[in-house]
Amino acid sequence: MPTSTITFRETGSSIKVTPVDEVSLEARAASLATRSIKTTSKRAALNLAIRCMDLTTLEGADTPEKVASLCQKAKRPDPSNHDVPSVAAVCIYPEMVHHAVEATEGSNVKVASVAGAFPSGLSTIEARTADISDAVKRGADEIDIVLNRSAFLAGDEQRAFEEIVASKDACGEAHLKVILEVGELGSYDKIRQASMLAMAAGADFIKTSTGKIPQASTLPRVLCMAEAVRDFAQQTNISVGIKAAGGIRTAKQAWHYLVVIGETLGTEWLCPEMFRIGASSLLNDVLLQLKRLDSGSYSGPDYVTVD
Amino acid sequence: MTGKIPIAKTYKLFINGAFPRSESGRTFSVSNPEGELIANVSHASRKDFREAVRAARAAQFPWASRTAYNRGQILYRVAEMLESRKTEFVDLLKSIGVNSRSATREIEDSIQRWVWYAGWSDKYSQILGSVNPVSGPYFNFTVPEPTGVVGIIAPTEPSMLGLISRLVPAIVSGNTVVVVSEGKSSLTSVTIGEVLATSDMPAGVVNILTGDQTDLLPWMVGHLDVNAVDISGISHETDMTLIEEAASNVKRVVSRQVNEESLELISDFLEMKTVWHPIGR
Repeated sequence: MPTSTITFRETGSSIKVTPVDEVSLEARAASLATRSIKTTSKRAALNLAIRCMDLTTLEGADTPEKVASLCQKAKRPDPSNHDVPSVAAVCIYPEMVHHAVEATEGSNVKVASVAGAFPSGLSTIEARTADISDAVKRGADEIDIVLNRSAFLAGDEQRAFEEIVASKDACGEAHLKVILEVGELGSYDKIRQASMLAMAAGADFIKTSTGKIPQASTLPRVLCMAEAVRDFAQQTNISVGIKAAGGIRTAKQAWHYLVVIGETLGTEWLCPEMFRIGASSLLNDVLLQLKRLDSGSYSGPDYVTVD
Repeated sequence: MTGKIPIAKTYKLFINGAFPRSESGRTFSVSNPEGELIANVSHASRKDFREAVRAARAAQFPWASRTAYNRGQILYRVAEMLESRKTEFVDLLKSIGVNSRSATREIEDSIQRWVWYAGWSDKYSQILGSVNPVSGPYFNFTVPEPTGVVGIIAPTEPSMLGLISRLVPAIVSGNTVVVVSEGKSSLTSVTIGEVLATSDMPAGVVNILTGDQTDLLPWMVGHLDVNAVDISGISHETDMTLIEEAASNVKRVVSRQVNEESLELISDFLEMKTVWHPIGR
């Protein structure tokens, strides 16, 4: 794929999108995943993973009670241990936002809502921006929308771009995360291009996946996005956050992502303002690992809450 | 073709239906009584043990949810597979110094014992459960349920019959197990794993590790997701204070003769649940 350009939203200036070297990318991701993290570093990594976590429930069967218990867990992941920090945010459907706002009041846990015809993004832009405004009105601090893959893959990048711009406007003060659904994009070149497009359109975060398709977030794909974030920052001086979501279930996977982000973007990205991990079952595994570090013996699923 | 290249078997661990090497990369060697090397065997680490427990936990509910009849059928199938590899097992025992007659007898007894327990699968609950007389308009039942994940320190002597005597009564009721074998007995243990892999036994029900039992014992008794441990196979030199850690999650600790055959061995790994049911009209 040749180098292409995307016109920057505010100034009208362009940014370059260079092609991706697939083999080196995967080799680099694989080598970063071999790093071994032990004892005090491991504890720091586990705590950081919790601080950067968007605890997620996006099921049709979600109820206000389920969201309330998720929020309790978000605030105090391990009720028996005060040293375990709160997670960054809870991620839910718009209909559940006011329940979450109520349940997280007085804590520093943010409320993130998916919006804009999640997970496909296939409805009119008016309906989608109305959905976003509604979620913001209900009190969401962060909005997770999807890239219009249909337009993007059909070659209508301009439309995909403008829809993100419109969504950003609908967000107002709320932070905008744009989900690329990398598993549907087909190649690293497309992932890089979509990342640049979303960032140029004003995304505060770019996010891998909805979690609704298998084969979502992988290490090379996140590395590809992180490199796009780095190159975007070099060209524009704008630092965009990155969120890995979908299929991240073990503590080990989580710290592999921390390594990739730290090595690619530097430690200033290793904080909840710039990096998030979206997950539902990951938190329990991280808590089990922390218990193992504290007690010296292996713990089990009977000793953490059932989601 | 002039000469044949000898193809020696790699003795690996059996975790979740697969045969991985130890994540530690370590091995130990097993020799025959003359001191000649028979095999290098994977030396399991605590992380291999952790993975095995994870597999056993995931397999436990589905295994216990099968009908008793189906579990019996699967166990019987394993006995059929053991029968077809009888000569291999006899040769294996001979290679570690058991004489020919004893080896044949041990393998035959092992297979008979396996079938004996397989037959109990849909019968033990009638014998061990009960309908209890109570005052009031209630039926009162006591029904046995499997304990959960069981860690087994496999007896080293007799290696085949010892392991089977501990293993089958635990799994017949719906428990899943992590076995730790040591020394020479590792060879038969790993080969039993190969039999299980080619029968209808679901992955994770039986996990077999080979290595140092004394090393792994503290991790086994301390693991909060292990519900019971069978230490019948433990060697006499083991520091028994290690077992105290089992109290951390009120683990059931069982120690018996290594070569028993009895219904009581099934009840060792059962919990009794009593249910009150109102008598309606």
